[in-house]
Amino acid sequence: MKARWALVDLVVLVYALVPVLWIVSLSFKDPSTFTDGSFVPTRWTWANYSGIFRNDDFTRGLINSIGIGLISTFVAILFGTMAAYAVARLTFPGKKVLVGFSLLIAMFPQISLVTPLFQIERGLGLFNTWLGLILPYITFALPLTIYTLSAFFREIPWELEKAAKMDGATPFQAFRQVIAPLAAPGMVTTAILAFITCWNDFLFAISLTSSNAARTAPATISFFTGSSQFEDPTGSISAAAVVITAPIVIFVLFFQRRIVAGLTSGAVKG
Amino acid sequence: MSHRAGRARALLSEGKRSERRLGLWLSAPAMIIMVAVTGWPIIYSFLLSLQRNDLRFPQDQVWIGLDNYGTVLASPYWWNAFWVTILITVVSVAVELVLGMLLAIVMYRTLVGKGLVRTVMLIPYGIVTVAAAYGWKYAWTPGTGWLANLLPAGSAPLTERGPAIAIIIVAEIWKTTPFMALLLMAGLAVVPEELLRAASMDGASRRQRFVRVTLPLMKPAILVALLFRTLDAFRIFDNIYVLTNGAQDTSSVSITAYHNLIGGLNLGIGSTMSVLILITVAIIAFIFIKMFGAAAPGGDGR
Repeated sequence: MKARWALVDLVVLVYALVPVLWIVSLSFKDPSTFTDGSFVPTRWTWANYSGIFRNDDFTRGLINSIGIGLISTFVAILFGTMAAYAVARLTFPGKKVLVGFSLLIAMFPQISLVTPLFQIERGLGLFNTWLGLILPYITFALPLTIYTLSAFFREIPWELEKAAKMDGATPFQAFRQVIAPLAAPGMVTTAILAFITCWNDFLFAISLTSSNAARTAPATISFFTGSSQFEDPTGSISAAAVVITAPIVIFVLFFQRRIVAGLTSGAVKG
Repeated sequence: MSHRAGRARALLSEGKRSERRLGLWLSAPAMIIMVAVTGWPIIYSFLLSLQRNDLRFPQDQVWIGLDNYGTVLASPYWWNAFWVTILITVVSVAVELVLGMLLAIVMYRTLVGKGLVRTVMLIPYGIVTVAAAYGWKYAWTPGTGWLANLLPAGSAPLTERGPAIAIIIVAEIWKTTPFMALLLMAGLAVVPEELLRAASMDGASRRQRFVRVTLPLMKPAILVALLFRTLDAFRIFDNIYVLTNGAQDTSSVSITAYHNLIGGLNLGIGSTMSVLILITVAIIAFIFIKMFGAAAPGGDGR
């Protein structure tokens, strides 16, 4: 029985890892051996990596990705926590509207926003700025944060809140001092999911930017052409793809249990 | 006596009122951002779709009613992109449902290395789509790719329509099946073990237990997973952009709308496509919500 499961596990590992290992392998191949078609590099080199970090556009893209991703995640978590608490705990008019509207945004085709946002942001001077990407990123991270967090919040022992209120705390104090610390693990999980969503975006990143002032790393990669027109960008693109994948893999390795809980809780109970 | 009861009621309603106020205040920032970033652009998009508005000819802006819709709906490019998108959506979601169910069962039931399997499954979910897409692109590039080299010499699958669409679908399935599997695994966890044991004691085979007990109980989870994946697949962009950029009639509606904006700078036509995509998505969502009945996310029946 165990041997059978081990075999099945192996199939799953191959499924998930082979495409990733291929791009890692490509990133370590010596440019003269790209066309050998071998899965494992025959001549290893770091040259592709040192090459992309000498490239201003790529390092700038990484900084943009990290900055925009962190700010968007922070704001989405802040506003999402407030809204999720309200959804999970309070009775108020407009709750159904909030839940319904979040669901609507979660299903919304981003491309439908690209054309109008392109034009509106050019008018407001937001085109090709961090804020111009942060705003849509927050918007599309909010439904995820509201759903996941309100699922987490429903699991919290709320008698504690009542006890705090009995002791004279206002609803806001009860929220900030009693519940927020208990909710922290769920918030970390949600923050990771929100960050992955922002980090992963490509459509807004290529449509709402025009230079490396705000262009994020995934978009930068798609503009790689090699340092001269005779040079093939395969190595740089592979190395850059590995670099932008690494942080996500690290999150996944450290927070597997939480990420699984986060992704599944929102879907079933939310 | 009655005085005290009156005060208690006043206090209670004061509590209720402050709860309502707090609820509104707490949800206001999220609501305002979501409405500001989507609400006005949608209206603006609709207005643009009624104009002749091409950034290359800024002088020539006129209201032309529904003419843009006529232009788009008469365009073979639009319909090709539409049907390609539908094909990719239907095939990838159907395969993902089966594959995702198998993966969900493995992740939920495996006796060895459960943590390892679950961790590894998250990698395709987390990887940047563009990064993975380049991996697939090079894998299928003649000369460079390990997969292309398995094909007969001289074949370049990404330059032919059928094979290119197949590769796009494979890339999409690989990346998003884990997400489907996780949603389905959450559904598996809802099925009580006692029920499965009882069915087994009554002589139900493994297959019967799955079809008669597990599947019906999982229906809400399956519908949620299908809804999210269908709408997500319908907006496919990143994979196609990297793999073919819409060459050889492999454009999706998102790719076509994007090229109309960035390549063509035609705001009128681009907005018309935006509105049409939005309407299609609304129709798909409506059909799913009808199927959900009370089990709809955000509904009362949870």
